[in-house]
Amino acid sequence: MTPSSSARILRTLSRKNAFYFFTSVGNYTGHRAMSLEEFANKIREVETASLEFHLYRGDFEKWADEVLEDREITERISAVKLLEPIGNALRDQLDFTVTKRLEELKTLNS
Amino acid sequence: MKLKNQVFSLDGLDWKILRAIQENSKQTYSEIGRQLGVAHSTVYDRIKKLEKNGVIKKWTVDIALEKLGITCITARMTVYTDPKESENVAKKLSEAKEVLEVSLSLSEELLIIAKVIARDQDELHSFIAKKVAPIQGVLRIRTSIITKKIKEERFLIEK
Repeated sequence: MTPSSSARILRTLSRKNAFYFFTSVGNYTGHRAMSLEEFANKIREVETASLEFHLYRGDFEKWADEVLEDREITERISAVKLLEPIGNALRDQLDFTVTKRLEELKTLNS
Repeated sequence: MKLKNQVFSLDGLDWKILRAIQENSKQTYSEIGRQLGVAHSTVYDRIKKLEKNGVIKKWTVDIALEKLGITCITARMTVYTDPKESENVAKKLSEAKEVLEVSLSLSEELLIIAKVIARDQDELHSFIAKKVAPIQGVLRIRTSIITKKIKEERFLIEK
């Protein structure tokens, strides 16, 4: 991975491409992430019901793959899903996974 | 029909005609005239005036989509907005083909209530996540999917 490709993954997105956190079909929490860094922060803030809703629908993987265009984090999130965590265990695992990837990308970018 | 302070004042016959066509808009002028004891030309003139002045907004049809094998879900979406952006949010919602009705409501917070239609829950969620949540000024959204309709009527003229 080159610094420019890590910078691309770390970029700030448009409103249209941001990740919007819902707790169920049509119920938007008011939290959104316009970058990977904001996404990492929101994982610590939003209700675990929202994390469960999106993880098991495959929304995080879809966004990571199609919008951020980061195959690596997509695969790591898929691995978290396979463990079927719920509640705070899910929050902790997602937090660890996303924060670790964020740090790797920041190091590559510096 | 008379215009007074920007409001049309209808006489008894106008109201009776409106009630008749509200119950069955496919009736002919002659049938309505017979029911009301007036000439069909009178009914015609009154209806044309009501149309011309915008009292009758449109003639439409109520289609039973399920008879055509078209299944869809309806939901009531409550959108909490930044008061400065609410008009813009309402306008944007009104432009979407998935949105059938948009109303503003003033309770503790400024809300927009919209009736939304979609083929299924995935399509409904996708519309709200991709088209509604990103609108500038949208703070939160609460959505209730309607599972069973008990009654649906238009306001019925009682006069």
